[in-house]
Amino acid sequence: MSRIAATFAELKKENRAAFVPFVTGGDPDFETSLEILSKLPAAGADVIELGIPFSDPMADGPINQASYLRALAAGMTLPKLVEMVRKFRKADAKTPVVLMGAFNPIHAYGTARFMKDAAEAGVDGVLIVDVPAEEDEVLRAPAKAHGIDVVRFLAPTTDAVRLPVVLDGATGYLYYASIAGITGTKSFAEHEVKAALARIHASTRLPVVVGFGIRTPEQARGIARFADGAVVGSAIVAKIESHALKGTKRAEMVTDVVDFCAALAESVHAARSRTVI
Amino acid sequence: MRHPNSLRTGPDPKGHFGAYGGRFVAETLMPNVIALEKAYEDAKGDPAFQAELNGMLEHYVGRESPLYFAERLTNHLGGAKVYLKREDLNHTGAHKINNCLGQVLLARRMGKTRIIAETGAGQHGVATATVAARYGLPCVVYMGEVDIERQKPNVFRMRLLGAEVRSVVSGSKTLKDAMNEALRDWVTNPYDTFYIIGSAAGPHPYPAMVRDFQCVIGNETRAQMKAMESRLPDLVVACVGGGSNAIGMFHPFLDDTDVEIHGVEAAGYGTDTERHAATLTKGTPGVLHGARSYLLQDRDGQILEAHSISAGLDYPGVGPEHSWLKDSGRVKYFSATDKQALEAFVLLSKLEGIIPALESAHAIAHVMRVAPTMGKGQSIAVCLSGRGDKDVFSAAAALGEKI
Repeated sequence: MSRIAATFAELKKENRAAFVPFVTGGDPDFETSLEILSKLPAAGADVIELGIPFSDPMADGPINQASYLRALAAGMTLPKLVEMVRKFRKADAKTPVVLMGAFNPIHAYGTARFMKDAAEAGVDGVLIVDVPAEEDEVLRAPAKAHGIDVVRFLAPTTDAVRLPVVLDGATGYLYYASIAGITGTKSFAEHEVKAALARIHASTRLPVVVGFGIRTPEQARGIARFADGAVVGSAIVAKIESHALKGTKRAEMVTDVVDFCAALAESVHAARSRTVI
Repeated sequence: MRHPNSLRTGPDPKGHFGAYGGRFVAETLMPNVIALEKAYEDAKGDPAFQAELNGMLEHYVGRESPLYFAERLTNHLGGAKVYLKREDLNHTGAHKINNCLGQVLLARRMGKTRIIAETGAGQHGVATATVAARYGLPCVVYMGEVDIERQKPNVFRMRLLGAEVRSVVSGSKTLKDAMNEALRDWVTNPYDTFYIIGSAAGPHPYPAMVRDFQCVIGNETRAQMKAMESRLPDLVVACVGGGSNAIGMFHPFLDDTDVEIHGVEAAGYGTDTERHAATLTKGTPGVLHGARSYLLQDRDGQILEAHSISAGLDYPGVGPEHSWLKDSGRVKYFSATDKQALEAFVLLSKLEGIIPALESAHAIAHVMRVAPTMGKGQSIAVCLSGRGDKDVFSAAAALGEKI
């Protein structure tokens, strides 16, 4: 069983939702980023989404855009990101790592060669925002050969006609973007997300995580009551940004970021065990 | 009629021109892109839509545009006869309005109530603001901060036409960043907003749709050459940024095997430097702004900043059909430097009394190189895609004059 399948099976048994933090690989620099990454499982991360820095991200708001530029300015590349996962895997054999971002860096690396190297390094999935179901055969064929899941997006605009197209051939888990928009900007209406997830859950047995717009432990808790996972990205990245701008020492930055993730994880994990008020 | 070996049948149903094109957009936009494709296919076959478009092209844009024999330029170059397709004489001063008109009519047909666009030189922004004003639709135009600075007259025009010009400060602050920002707007407002893309780029169906709306250029040129010279030109030339005027000029000639076709990219300071916008000449295939095409990128797939004196060519990508035409060898792509374009800008002004857009001046610069090598019995049709009034400030600065 893949790490992703095993993780969600275990969570299901425990009746818990997954806490899925997103950080940009190499933000603000390789060493700090690796240290944050390494401490995320102990802070309660069930799955980690690691952003692939890109110069022209179309689906990201200003916070993630800035994080990519910080990482690129510090010399981050996709080969180095693969190397970062390899180092992370030396201490953690269990937590799934999913690389998320735009297609072009993978295209430039060579998609088949990338899937091979990524799988060897311990990458479990890829989430490529600008490759919809209609185009993702270019990813899925080489990914499948190396046991990597190609996670697909669902959005509020994905209607009943389109849903089967996106579900057909999907593996790993599904990522529901709670808002029509870019990362880290608007907020969602919880009842709308809940209704959308009910529709999706009725059509698939794959786990569905929710992201885009979850900023606080309270929001994460609300989502975790009915979703299989809650993704928090920009809010974590914003913490890294504020420390990077202030020039905080590495240890202090890592502690603050990891503490914030632990608070988010606690909310997500406790969501279903508390009495719903 | 299209024959089996036609080069004019693309793209395939999924929007691919060979290995290029496609629909590389976020899931959020896929329903929009598919709805647009359906609406466009529907409109294409609707005589009422075509009649409305043709009526507006005639009475509002001022088509057909003349094909003008540039006699003094021809004599000066001493070779092939040079004909200029006068897209500069269109309402708003460039070819861009051909496409904007088609798309705004489609937006109305789809019941969309808000228009957005990206712009580089500002010509597409002005054309979009113009048709939005004409049909009473609110309009937001994204424009890089650098371009706002070098195209001030067009910024004023857009505002006068009632559009909101939003300054884009991310990345290189030019056309590619304006396109990123417009796509972010569209993904945020997928229900009410119609995105009028100005180039034959972006996700399917835009490259094919923009091409179809711009093919009026080549179709007219073909008929006009036959009327004036009793035969087709030996060479067709157009400048290529994203490539909309070029694909519109080229496409009707693709199956005319006796007609040679040249696209001219912006070489900036030179293709041997890092400061150019010669995507097809120097780039490699990649995925950006919804399609697979040639790109200016580094080894890690990060997009490089393009450079050209002409804001309209200052783009590190190119429409996917051009990538396919390059690989097939049917169209040959060349480049002209900032300096060569400026020389052409001055020469055409002095010899013909026509101030070309700096974009179009790249095509003229290429004609200056090739016309003398051709026989006097031969002819060249070059697309003069826009007029140069918008460029007088930046051209004056480049020529060392204060105005």
